[in-house]
Amino acid sequence: MELTGAEIVCESLLKEGADVVFGLPGGAVLPLYGALSSYPGIRHILVRHEQAAAMAADGYSRATGKVGVCIATSGPGATNLVTGIASAQMDSVAMVAITGQVPRPAIGTDAFQETDVTGVTLPITKHNMLVMDVKDVAQAIHDAFHIARTGRPGPVLVDIPRDVLLGEKTEFIWPTETKLPGYKIPGEAPEDQVAAAAELINKAERPIIMSGHGVLISHAYGLMTEIAEKAQIPVITTLLGISSIPSDHELNLGMSGMHGMAYNNLAIDESDLIIGLGMRFDDRVTGRISAFAPNAKFIHVDIDASEVDKNIQTTVGMVGDLKAVLGQLLPKVEANQHIDWLRRIMELKAQHPSHLVRESDELLPQFVLQRLTEITQGRGIVVTGVGMHQMWAAQHCKFTEPNTFITSGGLGTMGFEVPAALGAQVGRPDTTVWSVAGDGGFQMTMCDIATAVESHADIKFAILNNNSLGLVHQLQELFFDKDYVASEYSANPDFVKLAEAYGIRGIRVTKKEEVADAVQQAMEAAGPVIVDFIVKEDEGLYPFIPSGQSVKEMLEEPAP
Amino acid sequence: MAQKNSNELHTLIALVEDKPGVLTRVASMFRRRGFNIVSLAVGNSEQPGLSRMTFVVAGDDYTVGQVAKQLDKLIDVIEVSDITNERILARELALIKVKTTQATRGEIIQIVNLFRANIIDVSSESMVIEITGEEDKINALNDLLAPFGIIEMLRSGLVAMVRGQANGLANGHSNGQVNGNGHS
Repeated sequence: MELTGAEIVCESLLKEGADVVFGLPGGAVLPLYGALSSYPGIRHILVRHEQAAAMAADGYSRATGKVGVCIATSGPGATNLVTGIASAQMDSVAMVAITGQVPRPAIGTDAFQETDVTGVTLPITKHNMLVMDVKDVAQAIHDAFHIARTGRPGPVLVDIPRDVLLGEKTEFIWPTETKLPGYKIPGEAPEDQVAAAAELINKAERPIIMSGHGVLISHAYGLMTEIAEKAQIPVITTLLGISSIPSDHELNLGMSGMHGMAYNNLAIDESDLIIGLGMRFDDRVTGRISAFAPNAKFIHVDIDASEVDKNIQTTVGMVGDLKAVLGQLLPKVEANQHIDWLRRIMELKAQHPSHLVRESDELLPQFVLQRLTEITQGRGIVVTGVGMHQMWAAQHCKFTEPNTFITSGGLGTMGFEVPAALGAQVGRPDTTVWSVAGDGGFQMTMCDIATAVESHADIKFAILNNNSLGLVHQLQELFFDKDYVASEYSANPDFVKLAEAYGIRGIRVTKKEEVADAVQQAMEAAGPVIVDFIVKEDEGLYPFIPSGQSVKEMLEEPAP
Repeated sequence: MAQKNSNELHTLIALVEDKPGVLTRVASMFRRRGFNIVSLAVGNSEQPGLSRMTFVVAGDDYTVGQVAKQLDKLIDVIEVSDITNERILARELALIKVKTTQATRGEIIQIVNLFRANIIDVSSESMVIEITGEEDKINALNDLLAPFGIIEMLRSGLVAMVRGQANGLANGHSNGQVNGNGHS
């Protein structure tokens, strides 16, 4: 039977297993919506702003390991996706964005709602394509999903003109293979490199594994933990690598870097071998690169060849799929104890206990997160925005399962916490999602609380409300002579009343004693709840290695 | 990384899909990552649907290694190879329009003949010279013609190929080609 382009898109989505899409219709993409109603197998979630569609697709992808799909119309619809797409690109998230385009004859004429969206998204997608013939639609969608989910995942945008969606019909033929002669997916690493890496590991006295997002993407957490246990190698996680090893694992040291645990940064400084797995030695991890791990050799495994030897010079750099490479490595790694090294790290931890929350009568944001994670017992999913609350969540929240900490790392996208939580919850409907938000970021995307309500999503929004852009405020305090320009809010809305306006439960917490009860009540209520934690406003974020500095310049929490 | 200030010239060749937007993708990658293209030549290859690009890139081994990896990462790029250290044939075509007078015409023709270049257009006050060769040869001719007054010059950018039977890409391309630790 002959189908329209729009119907072919829907058939192709089903073939690719995309049963949930996030979007918002408009003129150019309306033919696709016309077809969607005939495909009940595809659940469409109507957002209030297209940026939420992209970020929800991101959260959905990270929570499920599937490809997240978002749909927008041409022009402003497509450009509203941009921040969410850029965010997915930086964090290697599998996403397919489908945008409507003006009809083919109108392309290039500055037609109403025309934007060159393949041009706009060229530097922020893994790949993109403009489909100019209905006969190419199925192949384009098939290729887009393949590119998005394989290798180093990333967003792929498919732009389809209105008259390709709804014009000439053609036979729907699902392609049996991709048409991508230039696309290579690394698998195993060369044996000589694996042997060289194993030798370095077996000889190292003070090794550290740095576990990144790639460990989660590649499902390599089991193998990574096995290697760590076999050779007794402590594991530091990057921000996106959190949840790649359970928080209570005795070898898990938590996060390092700009706001990482002080003892981890000190341990890296003393280490003689850094084993970077599925991470990219980004500047938030390394600080000043010339002063990073000055005593260490580097093993680096990544699926993206361009990451190896980009920021640090490796002794052994391997390009491959982590699960495959760690499978090669495991039998070659000898059992070891590293008793002195682990003892030394315990000593550093005792001397620099940045994982502890100080006693205070005031409501500290760190305390809120510590209580929250005690009550949830590290179960469920935590999604954050960007800023102080994000770093405190990374420092203090506990995790038991992989892919349960979802945060915007590379791009640092404020406002991510609301739509990404929606996507995660829709993808994992049996799981409670805590959206840990700042009052700044929350107000960027809170319009999509409506979407959470409509979707009956079990999301608990925990706003750590300090009436300011807290991290900006702290940077101004430390580096801009306390000139607090444009970082304080004088008229935040009443978030409890806001909850009521959306017909959901709102709880305000101002005292320490109220935290546990509020968390319990939020968990017991069905659907979305907003908990407004009025926290100590000028609480500083520590440890802190200022941008471009090294562990030598690390600021630890000042004595009260 | 080390030696970022070094600026030697590297010759890279790439096989790419002949599709709309490929040149934009390549150029955009160079721009956004701060790499510098000295010259770029594109044209059909021996395989239908595929084009060959020849790049001359300035930078040290680290930077050029990054260029090759970032090029290879583009979906439409099929293979990339840095052939700087191979035995290569490299040629460039230049058109040079030079001022002439009754008095200088003879001398210019002599120079052109010496370089085995061709005169492809003559008018009463100018001449257009076509020269093909390696970069040094074109520079040398240019230097000799400069005193007569160059009205216009156009260079095609370098095109390069590995000598002998080997295809510069097909044999060499493996993980090691662009992924290795060659810049240590």
